[in-house]
Amino acid sequence: MNLKLKALTKSIWVFHFAASPCNNCDIEILDLLTPRHDVERFGIQLVGSIRHADVLLVTGVPNRKTGPKLKEVYAQSPKPCFVVAIGSCALGGCTFRGSYNVVGRVDEIIPVDAYVPGCPPKPEAMIMGIVKLLNSLKGKT
Amino acid sequence: MIFFNYLIFPGFLFTAVVGMLASWVDRKVTARVQWRKGPPWYQNFADFIKLLGKEVIVPKQGRFLFLIAPLLGLASVTAVATLLGRSFMYPAESFLGDLIVVIYLLTIPAIALILGASASSNPLASVGASREIKLVLSYELPFILAVAIVILKSGGLIRINDIIKYQMISGSILGSASGAIAFVAAILSMQAKLGYVPFDMSEAEQEIMAGALIEYSGAPLAVFKLTKQMLLVVLPFFLISIFWAHNPSTLWIVLKYVILLVVIILIKNTNPRVRIDQATRFFWGPITIACIIGVILALIGY
Repeated sequence: MNLKLKALTKSIWVFHFAASPCNNCDIEILDLLTPRHDVERFGIQLVGSIRHADVLLVTGVPNRKTGPKLKEVYAQSPKPCFVVAIGSCALGGCTFRGSYNVVGRVDEIIPVDAYVPGCPPKPEAMIMGIVKLLNSLKGKT
Repeated sequence: MIFFNYLIFPGFLFTAVVGMLASWVDRKVTARVQWRKGPPWYQNFADFIKLLGKEVIVPKQGRFLFLIAPLLGLASVTAVATLLGRSFMYPAESFLGDLIVVIYLLTIPAIALILGASASSNPLASVGASREIKLVLSYELPFILAVAIVILKSGGLIRINDIIKYQMISGSILGSASGAIAFVAAILSMQAKLGYVPFDMSEAEQEIMAGALIEYSGAPLAVFKLTKQMLLVVLPFFLISIFWAHNPSTLWIVLKYVILLVVIILIKNTNPRVRIDQATRFFWGPITIACIIGVILALIGY
């Protein structure tokens, strides 16, 4: 395992893209930063600019407004940038599937590296999703 | 020898490593204050190496300025570290007026941030740049007045090593009334120079994302972060050498550095962010008036 990849797995900066969610997933994501779970001990930080991000968290159903924005934000991110889809809406549309303004699942718009199901997923489930993503990164090389 | 001084010992490498560790102490203490566990000790090294390996995105306009600005800040901080270290190590080789050179060089990291933010042609970055300009205008006045009190107290000495020698003979400048006022003003200006809470409005994450740094990615961002971490070493050492150097042995200097670091972290963790107009009013109002009183006290010998 080379040094660059090792440093990347120890320091994940996360950008949170809310593609019109109902905010339950967002609240659970913020729970990760609170004292109970404290993901900063693994080097995970929430950043404000997509230019600083290593991981793009997507919550909610991409619709006609947020779908093109999601594509644009992904194109603006510095590579390597990994995408994690959080919650049932991002995975398959959940109760909004087939609605008139939904353009599709997140992985129909941008490539997704990890899926975290749940409505909303527990913070433990999100940590498990990130751990699986990191393990797949380590396994690749 | 001078290249060794610039690149390895008091200069680049030493300051960078100590700065990253000091910045880790800051993050760890912040986490403990908030009842969290905090990152491991190598966190800043991992962040730096990771950023070096990322893609660098450069805006179409102003490519040269965008990429040269972080290096400008890094070079000036390295020069300050070398000048300060050499005035402790080789007193005979320092030159007259290096105090004034250090004051000028300490302004350049802020100017580099303003240049880089302006070159990135992003509206939020320009908001960050304008706040940084106002902040520089605010804190430079009390900072220079505080240094002027040191010069007045020591009888017109403008060589850092002469000021250290003066303090070794007649006690540290911090011990006098005017020196104590100047020291408090200098600590508050240092907090603003570092861009820490309560004066972090140019990088305010909650309102203007990352502010001045919003368009930076990869290696230039790593250099900006490194510059800030090196300032966390250089500025406290500068304050120690001009205010508090009655006994410049290594143990005492390290102890005083730790005390100043704790003060910085405590100010950072017990204050909310102020607006830019509040910061300007704070620095030009009470702090400048206190500094002018300090100058008068220094002139009449207190």
